[in-house]
Amino acid sequence: MKPKIIVIIAFFIITAIVFIGKLYYIQVLNVKYKLSAQNNAFRHVTQYPARGVIFDRNGKLLVYNEASYDLKAIPNRVGEFDTTLLCELLHLTQNEVRQTLRSGRHLPVVIAKQISPKQYAVLQEYLYRFPGFYAEKRTVRKYPESTAAHMLGYVGEVDRSDIDRDSYYRSGDYIGKSGVEKTYEEYLRGEKGVQIYVVDVLNRIQGSYRNGEYDTLAVAGKNITTTLDAELQKYGELLMSNKLGSIVAIEPHTGEILALVSSPSYDPNLFVGQQLSKNYNRVANLPDKPLYNRALKALYPPGSTFKPVSALIALQEEVIDPTTVFVVNGYNTGSHIVKDHIAGAVGLEMSISHSSNAYYCHVFKKILTDKKMGAVDKAYENWKQHLHAFGLGVKLGTDLAYESKGIIYPATYFDKYYGKGRWNHNTIISLAIGQGELGFTPLQIANMTAAIANRGYYFIPHIVKEIDSAKINKLYTVRQNTGIAERHFIPVVSGMEKVVTSGTARIAYHPDLFICGKTGTAQNPHGEDHSIFIAFAPKDDPKIAVVVYVENAGFGSTWAAPIASLMIEKYLTDTISRPLVEVRMINGRLKKEE
Amino acid sequence: MERTNEKLIGNRIDWLSVITWLALVLFGWINIYSSVFSEEHSSIFSLSQRYGKQMLWIVIAIVILITILFLDTQVISVFSFPIYGLVMLLLVAVLLFGEVVNGSRSWFAIGNFQFQPAEFAKFAVALALAKFMGREGFKIMNFKNLTIISALLGLPFLLIMLQGDTGSAIVFAAFLIVLFREGLPVFVPLLILFAVLIFIVSLFLPLSVISVILSLSFIGYYALTKRDYSYSIKILGIQIGAILVGLLFEVLTFKTIPIHLVLTASITVGAILMLIKGIKNRHGILVQLVVILIGSLIYLYSVDFIYHDVLKDHQRTRINILFNLEEDNKGAGYNMNQSLIAIGSGGLSGKGFLKGTQTKGDFVPEQDTDFIFCTVGEEWGFWGSTAVVIIFTFLIIRILWLAERQHSAFSRIYGYAVASVIFFHFAVNIAMTIKLAPVIGIPLPFFSYGGSSLWAFTILLVTFIKLDTERHLPL
Repeated sequence: MKPKIIVIIAFFIITAIVFIGKLYYIQVLNVKYKLSAQNNAFRHVTQYPARGVIFDRNGKLLVYNEASYDLKAIPNRVGEFDTTLLCELLHLTQNEVRQTLRSGRHLPVVIAKQISPKQYAVLQEYLYRFPGFYAEKRTVRKYPESTAAHMLGYVGEVDRSDIDRDSYYRSGDYIGKSGVEKTYEEYLRGEKGVQIYVVDVLNRIQGSYRNGEYDTLAVAGKNITTTLDAELQKYGELLMSNKLGSIVAIEPHTGEILALVSSPSYDPNLFVGQQLSKNYNRVANLPDKPLYNRALKALYPPGSTFKPVSALIALQEEVIDPTTVFVVNGYNTGSHIVKDHIAGAVGLEMSISHSSNAYYCHVFKKILTDKKMGAVDKAYENWKQHLHAFGLGVKLGTDLAYESKGIIYPATYFDKYYGKGRWNHNTIISLAIGQGELGFTPLQIANMTAAIANRGYYFIPHIVKEIDSAKINKLYTVRQNTGIAERHFIPVVSGMEKVVTSGTARIAYHPDLFICGKTGTAQNPHGEDHSIFIAFAPKDDPKIAVVVYVENAGFGSTWAAPIASLMIEKYLTDTISRPLVEVRMINGRLKKEE
Repeated sequence: MERTNEKLIGNRIDWLSVITWLALVLFGWINIYSSVFSEEHSSIFSLSQRYGKQMLWIVIAIVILITILFLDTQVISVFSFPIYGLVMLLLVAVLLFGEVVNGSRSWFAIGNFQFQPAEFAKFAVALALAKFMGREGFKIMNFKNLTIISALLGLPFLLIMLQGDTGSAIVFAAFLIVLFREGLPVFVPLLILFAVLIFIVSLFLPLSVISVILSLSFIGYYALTKRDYSYSIKILGIQIGAILVGLLFEVLTFKTIPIHLVLTASITVGAILMLIKGIKNRHGILVQLVVILIGSLIYLYSVDFIYHDVLKDHQRTRINILFNLEEDNKGAGYNMNQSLIAIGSGGLSGKGFLKGTQTKGDFVPEQDTDFIFCTVGEEWGFWGSTAVVIIFTFLIIRILWLAERQHSAFSRIYGYAVASVIFFHFAVNIAMTIKLAPVIGIPLPFFSYGGSSLWAFTILLVTFIKLDTERHLPL
């Protein structure tokens, strides 16, 4: 044979040997491909649990689940279909559909998320005309009472950080984004189950793996009973319509939040289903910021509502006693005069009922300058500690996400600002009347009111009463003491009663309710002052403590006091005996017209 | 007809080839059946299923086989060019009137039936080459002859490229084996091997480094063959000097000069000096070396250009995946990865007929056509796939052996063409399923599903078996 022929034959034989060698390597020596084959052939299908539902304190349903559907498609199984029809049914553009289909091959892609049952009913009729498309059942949250949006929060798709933080979540899962949905996510979400199927590459299920031996069932989320009173909450929202501000109502004996209104609010049903992101962006960009939970986050100077606490601190520190009288005609700091509503001899009760500014300037002076208090910065820190004991200027630790801490500056702040030893009670006299460098949330002020109502202690305000009939976190059943002896409350509460019977808030008076209250005005550098009213009732066995903030409403008694009074009446008697006041409050428009 | 004594034809047929053919076709069918098999359609002969259709194609192939065996060999020889012409016309026609399937316009659709002329182009080219090169006193190393051969191969290559079917077009490279057997000098395949090597190396090393290696090896070759060490060292010294000057310049001017520029400049300096000396001293070998060096450098840079700027993205990706330069098991590398998983999971003895999970799960696309070998690998394991490799190699060498015993040059050349085409298809197809070649979509002869392919290969092979029956007669 010619050498050329031998070369050719050798070439063929070498090729064959190389092939056989490589085959031996991948088929016999290397186990990698055998393992890969296993992963290929199984598919883990997640069973989504039903999310827990949420009730109010009386068992009224606040949040439940409604069926919704995701339309999915496996791109390379999609046959000829009427794109126009599909787009019409789902309100999508042809481009969106095409782009989605192009984003995958053998694995399913999501064409449309959270299709409502109504829309699905129509789609279902035509589904046979869309080969390769199929619907997957999911659930969507529904809010039958359309109330308490801020507190309940909403549910949205997980983002990258959620997935990184908790391995439970997979892309496309839903998670509580705010409110109770967020805080109690772990209880509400339940436990996902998994079913293992043997599938082919097009995700066609060939059967369940080992008859479901390794499958796990989904465990439904736990149901939650909140402390909310849905009727009271809705009534509060009604009273606050067309006003900016908030209402917080707390049951003092337990710290349970009965109502928490932040106005303007929004319909929680907007934040579900396909429209979530569209509506979210729309609502988030409204000029009044409905998403901003004023009750938890907005910081206002407490104004005169602060006076009862000032009095209590002074009594506890024994720099005054219930009989202390100051003769006042304003208060002269040396550089300016703090104006007052009244002049003459003012006693403790009257200082509260008539809201004397000068009286509390004197009280503040005593607290900061009394000999036993030491230097002014030490005295100031002591005063600050008293406020913290009332839950002011600290995070309360409520079970609602995103509460603000509030503002009370430490003495070092003034050292830095004015220079050490270069400031005294007069420099910071506006603190005496709840103005200046102070900022508290409505929730903190409501809690302070509850502490006064309880004569010296409070429970951390909370929103959840029971989780699937299990008791709540112990944290919320421990008395938090203010450190003020009970006897000191007698004159202060008596003064607060007179606020309503004969003082600055006679408008809030109701003969049967024994309301104790205090008006306040938060100075607002941007416009009309904010109207504040704190109250609790009945005086001797308080069932409700409430605080009302109405922004830009001027003096505390005009708007905030009647609204608080109506809230109390609604809660205690379930009727309204003052329809005229009610109508005036509801119709009051204090929002700038757009 | 005296020459074809029909009573005796059975004795003259190379039954070994026929039986091998039948074995491949039937084993192919079994694997198609397994690839497509599903519980709902268990009837073997249902024409709604691909295995049912393939069975029909096989029956027709047998009819074709018998028909050709009874044909007059003179007809085959005489009609070589007309058949070539006809197929070229079909290739043009398919460009104008063809159906687009999987991105290439290479199919005629007649009712439910699809027909791919490119499959028959190999047969036509084999005939035309045999006819042209089989003439009395034919010499291959002749400019006119080489031009005509290039034209015979180039025309169908271009037409099929135009259809967008790169895989079927590059099959014509197989005919190089025929040309080699018929007198093409050894340096041609060596050159091609060298070119392929340079291309592969260019994927991994910077061009300037390859240039330096090339330059060094040429100088080394000159030094060793001519024993002219002093001159070689001088040139080397000058080149290193040039590099040092470049670096010095860089240090003095505080400018960064790309190192590849420095290296290229030094090679150029060396090459120019060698060229001047070669011309001045009429030193032929030196001039030749420099020309080849410059040629390979030009090739190196142009292949790089073609790779980066002419190849389509998916083609480049397939090459990158082959050399592990890129991993994309969900996208472009999906086929190759799934193919490896299917074959690899077969193990030594396979999962058994109809028991392949990867096959049953349709994880490998084109499993019954271009990737049919996966089914073999998964269900029949190492033994089964090795058997297929051996049977193919046996058939190809058997054809070569038969070709060598032909009296007529026409039959011999045609036989080589058959062996080469089958080898090329077999080698490229199996190589791509086991990641020895990039994914090139060409079928495994006799195995893959499809009438056009099966018939074309059957006609190709059986025509040779027929020619062999009359090997003693001149054509």
